[in-house]
Amino acid sequence: MWDYTDKVMDQFHRPRNVGKLNDPDGVGEVGSLACGDALTLMFKLDENGRIKDVKFQTFGCASAIASSSVLTEMIKGMTLEEAAAVTNKDIVERLGGLPDQKMHCSVMGQEALEAAIQDYYKRKGGKVPEVPKGNIVCTCFGVTDEEIRKVVHENDLTAVDSVTNFCKAGGGCGGCKERIAELIEEVQGQKAHVVHKEKPARPAKLTNIQKIQLIQQTINEQIRPALRADGGDIDLIDVEGDKVLVAFRGMCAQCKMAEYTMRDVVEVRLREFVSEHLYVEELKD
Amino acid sequence: MANVIYMDNNATTKVADEVIEAMLPYLNEKYGNPSSMHTFGGSVGKEVARAREQVAALLGCEPDEIIFTSCGTESDNSAIKGTLEMHPNRRKVVTTRVEHPAVLTTCRDLERHGYSVSEISVDPQGCLDIDELGFRMDDNTAIVSVMYANNETGVIFPVEQIAEIVSARGIVFHTDAVQVVGKIPLNLKDSAIDLLSLSGHKLHAPKGVGVLYVRRGTRLGTFMHGGHQESGRRGGTENIPGIIGLGKACELALSHMNEENTRVKALRGKLEKGILESCPDCFVNGDPKNRLPNTTNISFEYIEGESILMMLDQFGICASSGSACTSGSLEPSHVLRAMGVPFTAAHGSIRFSLSRYNTEADVDFVIEKIAPIINRLRELSPFVKTSS
Repeated sequence: MWDYTDKVMDQFHRPRNVGKLNDPDGVGEVGSLACGDALTLMFKLDENGRIKDVKFQTFGCASAIASSSVLTEMIKGMTLEEAAAVTNKDIVERLGGLPDQKMHCSVMGQEALEAAIQDYYKRKGGKVPEVPKGNIVCTCFGVTDEEIRKVVHENDLTAVDSVTNFCKAGGGCGGCKERIAELIEEVQGQKAHVVHKEKPARPAKLTNIQKIQLIQQTINEQIRPALRADGGDIDLIDVEGDKVLVAFRGMCAQCKMAEYTMRDVVEVRLREFVSEHLYVEELKD
Repeated sequence: MANVIYMDNNATTKVADEVIEAMLPYLNEKYGNPSSMHTFGGSVGKEVARAREQVAALLGCEPDEIIFTSCGTESDNSAIKGTLEMHPNRRKVVTTRVEHPAVLTTCRDLERHGYSVSEISVDPQGCLDIDELGFRMDDNTAIVSVMYANNETGVIFPVEQIAEIVSARGIVFHTDAVQVVGKIPLNLKDSAIDLLSLSGHKLHAPKGVGVLYVRRGTRLGTFMHGGHQESGRRGGTENIPGIIGLGKACELALSHMNEENTRVKALRGKLEKGILESCPDCFVNGDPKNRLPNTTNISFEYIEGESILMMLDQFGICASSGSACTSGSLEPSHVLRAMGVPFTAAHGSIRFSLSRYNTEADVDFVIEKIAPIINRLRELSPFVKTSS
């Protein structure tokens, strides 16, 4: 049971500005069904360039609905410059707080607004204000390094868990936690509370048995959790010299991981931890 | 809270009045320790023996095959780890992808300690592939652990048949039966099941007491080192009030078994039918022919489970959702995803689990309230493409 404030419950039970607009000036869509929450936000400007009307539709939990609803109230009457300055922290404050694990709902609201404003400039054919795109850090939820830097800076975050709460990064397989820690250090410097795990050194020489054991261990510790997080799995079938024969099971569709082939991911990890000569073949039945 | 319509009995149940009544003396005047030499304590031991008989009667086994534990999770942990301890040359566990975390997390931790774990998959109806079980077992397998019925969907697995197959291979078979005990009749004497877990609070006993059934002759490591309690297998002074309560609850369960499979089952059927008829775009998860009599798991497409629960909650209706909606979880429900339920429907799944304390009025109330809730949330959803 979540400890929601009265304001969250009020916005959830009586959401404001639900629906769509005919002929909107800007539309922002963020999130996806797979990730568990999604938001579409659209607005219309008046002759003075202020937000005259704004509507939203949200798929998500109570705090996702409340965050979207309160955001539409906040930005009505604002110029786009003023609206662009709204942060997820402002949304949380207006709601009287959100549980830690629900912070990402407020970030989603802010991102949808940002996307809608971008869309407005694109429609006008004018210049789109520069927003750095960044590189994907969390492949499970598709979060970029720029997004992580932003939540760390705006919310003064100092730990990896908080970053996960605010933007979900690191909440799936957890494979990117090391990179998130680096980003926190980069933004916060001395203030960062992060512990770096020591990377196991790749052994110089292995007997056959040691090699097979290390391959199995690497699969168990480095690869399987990522696949399991998406309902998939992997079995080590055989090792012949440098050839590693594996079989994949389960479903890894509908996931950003699918952009890479799983065989490549396994190969990279095994080369990193066991031996650079290894190559992976997939057993298909 | 004024009026509670409790339909979350797979999570926990109301402690039966008769159970509380049976327990009270052991919280008041009869506080003795059964290990004591004086009559005051020793007489409590007789009551523990009686509770053991009551549990054995429900399971259809011998009293000395009952080991009291603190909960279902402890029973599961002890069954799996205790078996591995006795078979040091076997390093593999076979289980399913849809187990309760009590088994799944235990197995995944074993993996970190060098054991290999193999998980059997389920079909879109949530049924197990028995053939897959056959080729997943090998000479390295120490134990197979398959739940009796799934807690989320209520789908019952052919555990008796699986136990036969497993024991024919000389492998220990464990089943997590916490959702089944008290709901469907068991007769362990005629079964090949070696180890079976149950949990008190799922059958109207209090929280904090469970059982592991250990078939005579099954080799199992010590649960907890300490005194001679539970034949030296699980040290520690017994949870007397809990054990007495569980005994009483088992006796009650036996006398209500018929009701579970007639009246409660009919209520579940009415609830399910009522919801499916009044709400568009929803469907039942799990094989309708092989289910616990009290459980229904319904997916409402395009909306999210927590929102539905919060809306139900304002009417005092208690249900549950596999969907966690937290930053730390990718999976709406590992069970539904293993069944291949699409994300559009998996996030919006709600489980209603009834008990003998539910009435027809409860069911009518839920049916009346749910359609407006679903409509309202669909109006909010960007994935419904029809109206605005």
